[in-house]
Amino acid sequence: MNSRIQDRFNSLRAEGRKAFIPYIMFGDPDTGTTESLILMLEDCGADVIELGVPFTDPLADGPTIQMAAERALAQGVTLKGIIRAVASIREKTDIPIVLMTYYNPVYKYGDVRFVRDAANAGVDGVIIPDLPPDEAHEFISEARGRNLDTIFLLAPTSTEERIRLVARASRGFVYYVSMTGITGSKLKMDDSIKRLIGKIKAVSDKPVCVGFGVSTPDQAKAMAAVADGVIIGSAIVKTINTAPSKLEKFLLGLRKAI
Amino acid sequence: MKKGYFGNYGGRFVPETLIPALQELDQAFRDASHDAGFKEELRLLQQTYIGRPTPLYFASRLTERLKGAKVYLKREDLCHTGAHKLNNALGQAMLAKVMGKKRIIAETGAGQHGVATATGASITGLECDIYMGTEDMRRQALNVFRMKLLGARVIEVNKGSKTLKDAINESLRDWTTNVTDTHYVLGTVFGPHPFPTIVKYFQSVIGREARKQIIKAENRLPDYLIACVGGGSNAMGLFNAFLKDKVGMVGVEAGGEGIRSGKHAARFAGGSVGVFQGCKSYLLQDRDGNVLSTHSVSAGLDYASVGPEHAFLHDSKRVRYTYATDKEALRAFELLPEVEGIIPALESAHAIAEAVKLAPGLSKKDIIIVNLSGRGDKDVQHVARIKGTEI
Repeated sequence: MNSRIQDRFNSLRAEGRKAFIPYIMFGDPDTGTTESLILMLEDCGADVIELGVPFTDPLADGPTIQMAAERALAQGVTLKGIIRAVASIREKTDIPIVLMTYYNPVYKYGDVRFVRDAANAGVDGVIIPDLPPDEAHEFISEARGRNLDTIFLLAPTSTEERIRLVARASRGFVYYVSMTGITGSKLKMDDSIKRLIGKIKAVSDKPVCVGFGVSTPDQAKAMAAVADGVIIGSAIVKTINTAPSKLEKFLLGLRKAI
Repeated sequence: MKKGYFGNYGGRFVPETLIPALQELDQAFRDASHDAGFKEELRLLQQTYIGRPTPLYFASRLTERLKGAKVYLKREDLCHTGAHKLNNALGQAMLAKVMGKKRIIAETGAGQHGVATATGASITGLECDIYMGTEDMRRQALNVFRMKLLGARVIEVNKGSKTLKDAINESLRDWTTNVTDTHYVLGTVFGPHPFPTIVKYFQSVIGREARKQIIKAENRLPDYLIACVGGGSNAMGLFNAFLKDKVGMVGVEAGGEGIRSGKHAARFAGGSVGVFQGCKSYLLQDRDGNVLSTHSVSAGLDYASVGPEHAFLHDSKRVRYTYATDKEALRAFELLPEVEGIIPALESAHAIAEAVKLAPGLSKKDIIIVNLSGRGDKDVQHVARIKGTEI
């Protein structure tokens, strides 16, 4: 059975379109707004929503998402609470939802229990930046059994051996990290991104989406030209917190560019 | 055993960007550890620069005071830069050079590893940036100045708890960004594989020497080894040479203000298994898997997790892990200079505090070796402040 994410990419591919994947941190700026934000993202044309799970030590994240995590933790947001909230949001929308979480909250929850509860709640996929496929054998087999997509990361430093391994372990899509760096860093637009995506495409027919550092419609357009989808996180999180009245316009601009 | 694991613990839980760098490091380390030239260069620097072998000193007056087992001190405090940390930092700086990196970075808590890395950078000619929490910079102002003298840039980490774990997060973020030309000199037997193995390799010289020295002095092996455990590198360095022998071992964590207070860094007494900063081990965390803030009078032990091999040795009961509270450590900090003329680092004072508890119950024929991992000059100002004196 296809997951909601796979279905979405199949229909995008048939229409010749690219995926717009916005990221928000659950519970930022407060728990009350997350559900309405998700519905707004969908209205603005999001194809998949990446929902951040706050963690005390987000080592792959830059200052914007670090601060968002601190705000969410201060609201008492937990992984368990997020799974419950997704179940309730599922009554209102069918948009594919991916959780982006560090591994320890999942490990503490229990791999098996997490996969079961997340899948039952209607979570479609998970991105765990500090869980490479080498450490995820059991997690992957649990997730396969529950039709929960495992989205792994590739980076500019990835060797061909890693590209094959990560592409094989990924389901839903492959997450290509645009740069050696953390979220919210300055994007360097050069040919290397296109070249590496080409290498991934040579060994896998799974969709490849680019994230990290994409903050403007122009950048999003350039990324959409070489990938199957574009992930935008820090720039959206920043807008939510500093200029919420401009959020809708910003999202529509991104959608149009992608 | 699975590669990079000690029983159930260890592994390589880092973002993909770093995996190739860890593979490169693993290869460079394995090559170097089989390379006669590298080993000879390291041996020569250990001898002529670090000042090895460090003495094994019979603390006769401390022994008399405790009225029990004979207490020996392995004098890592006499290493150049004042602690065992240089054993590892120098070795890793040499590895970085071999790998063709132009810059090394490191985290530091007490400042000793930062000073050691800055020193390693200085004699290998590499650029050096050190990440240090704001709170630790305040506690260890002297070491901040030393690092600057050694030509390193000290980058203040004003995030989270503003201590060692936050400095490690920032180091990992820097390494992720600059991985092509930078090596991360991790300071303890922690983090993603192969760091726990590499750091143990460079620190094992402590135990190899101590073993020879005690056999020479007493014609037999000791009954107990005691070492403080933050990440656990000085303990691993001492214990490793004795793991196959019938020698009791005690690792001493920071008990802070007591386990029940919640203000401590006793991972075995108060933690549970988790995955943090690259490996699986014991971790102080809440029930949702978020990392708890820790407390210790000693910055070098003030850390939420512990080396994965220690977790393995804990579960297999090969090593007994206990803790000393701030108060006990501070008493030991004053006892040692009074009876032996040696000011220990606050970290090492935790190990002394355990000797004070253990020795009186043992026979006069028993032998304890305490790893005196560092000297206390860096802590004098901090302790004076605690005692209400400004100096």
